[in-house]
Amino acid sequence: MALLGFYLRKLYSIFKGEVLVLPSRVVVLVFSLLLLLLPVVTQDPYLLRILILASIFAILAASWDLLSGFTGQLNFGHALFFGVAAYTAALLNLHIHLPPWGSIPLGALAAVLTGLIIGIPCLRLKGTYLALTTLAFPIILSGIVFAIPDISGGEMGLSGLDRLSGSRLSDYYITVVVMLCMCTVMWKITDSNTGIIFHAIREDELAVRAAGINTTRYKLLAFCLSGFFAGISGGLYAHFMRIAGPSNLEISMSFTVVIWAIFGGVVTIYGPVGAVFILFPLLEFFRFWPEYRILMFAVVILLILLYMPDGLFPWVRDKIETQCPRCKIRNVATRKTCRICTAPLD
Amino acid sequence: MILDIIISSLINGSVYALLAIGFSLIFGVARIVNIAHTAFYMVAAYCIYFATHKLGFHPIWGMLGGIVLVTLFGLVSYQLFIDPIREHEAAVLIGTIALAVALQEVMLIIFSGDFLGVPSLVEGYLKIIGVKVAYQQLLTIGMALLVLAAAWTLLLKTRLGLAIRSTANDREVANLMGINESRVALITMGISVGLAGITGAVIVPLTIVNPFMWMHPLIMMMAVVVLGGLGSIKGSFVGAYILGFAESLVVFLIPMGAYLKGSVALSIMILVLLIRPEGLFGVAFEEER
Repeated sequence: MALLGFYLRKLYSIFKGEVLVLPSRVVVLVFSLLLLLLPVVTQDPYLLRILILASIFAILAASWDLLSGFTGQLNFGHALFFGVAAYTAALLNLHIHLPPWGSIPLGALAAVLTGLIIGIPCLRLKGTYLALTTLAFPIILSGIVFAIPDISGGEMGLSGLDRLSGSRLSDYYITVVVMLCMCTVMWKITDSNTGIIFHAIREDELAVRAAGINTTRYKLLAFCLSGFFAGISGGLYAHFMRIAGPSNLEISMSFTVVIWAIFGGVVTIYGPVGAVFILFPLLEFFRFWPEYRILMFAVVILLILLYMPDGLFPWVRDKIETQCPRCKIRNVATRKTCRICTAPLD
Repeated sequence: MILDIIISSLINGSVYALLAIGFSLIFGVARIVNIAHTAFYMVAAYCIYFATHKLGFHPIWGMLGGIVLVTLFGLVSYQLFIDPIREHEAAVLIGTIALAVALQEVMLIIFSGDFLGVPSLVEGYLKIIGVKVAYQQLLTIGMALLVLAAAWTLLLKTRLGLAIRSTANDREVANLMGINESRVALITMGISVGLAGITGAVIVPLTIVNPFMWMHPLIMMMAVVVLGGLGSIKGSFVGAYILGFAESLVVFLIPMGAYLKGSVALSIMILVLLIRPEGLFGVAFEEER
């Protein structure tokens, strides 16, 4: 009992010292709690549906950030991973009746494999070349999908998949918990040694090679990791919507992912997630004026970009937090001295 | 059959070449990946439709007006949306995507999603070895080649072309040599959008006008640019005809070819990149650090 009390006190002091001192961490915590507690207040199926889809796309946008933001390998064909996983999950579910908990991870594995296959030719390319080449892959695949309608369902896609779970509420909890876990894992990856190497590859690949690190292997790893997370979201989407169709592979899908991630701010993980939770409901809100919906969406993005070209969340974060000039630790903007090294902040 | 393939590949190839040259010009000079490039081509097609069907002008006047309008419009949107965020490459990227989507939606609201058409400039056809070749097709090919030649001369023979090429080669040094870099970027944007407008004008009698017509040329244009080597005019030219020919070959010879045409052309691009990562005529620059 005393031991339990000790651990609780330790947990509390960590919580107080690490989470409550920075507003951005408090915001993340409040956001996760709000998501988890929302069904207590309302169980409106329409609202839950929007949040489920937002969670699914949040994983996708964050996985784009892992590859293109952190490692700097601009991927314009992120829909490929999403679509491959969705189709694999659908085929497994329809033909060998694998339940969702089996077909979604297998779909994600298929996406990892795709990441390997497209990673090998793409690693020889850099920057804009890479971006324009990766754009081609989902289009090649969708051409194949249209050409073999017997297997892929052609234009109609594969429909009639198993539901994710019995009810809307449990769907909600499954997707939200998976989203929170996946995003934490991604954030941890970017914080680890591997993540630091990813950062370094983006900043200066030659220097990383000179330091004796096999950059090709790490870039391939980034492709696979990103493919895995994007694959999870693809599988979830296929099982939630109960359809896997060619629309999952369209260019607009790839572009939307890029829009979300850059709007929220790249190289952050939380940026894309937050952006999806703002932009996706916004798009649904504009449904009151159906003809102008996408136009208004585009205009909002154009206007916001003019004022915060680095993305929304880094901009907000810079307003509420400052970096200590001496020890590079982040502090609340209201503090006069650094909370670790007591150096004066200006 | 063979003649059909040749004619359609020449038309496709010319269109892709015109688009790709405009796209790679503005990329070379200002490092702007202009996703909205083919959206301007779509707007030009709609301007021509509007002028000929709604205002009743002769197609030629419609085409000239369309080109001028689109060029002005491109310059305005460059000044408003792209120039302020030019230093942020990622922001430019989604800025132009958003611009393209906005244009598509505006056209969808004004003209609805119907498939529209514009009459040919010249009626009638020529019979070559039993195959009907419409005069309009020949005219389109001829005009496209003429414009390509004009763009070529502008870039290689004039002082402006020299300024554009040197800015593309090294922005800072060009600036030091007294070239007003931001003005060159603006002029290049004008030329680039103008080329997109001209492409729209020459192809519009042969194609269907609808708000989504910018998607397929966008992909093919990017494939051409990558295949030929970014920033290489000759590369864009050769790459465009290679992919145009591949596309027509697939459409005419393989069942379900219409679905596979994009896939085959893009696979060719990837195969070439496996052998030559910098594209057919691209120059492998020293890594910028």
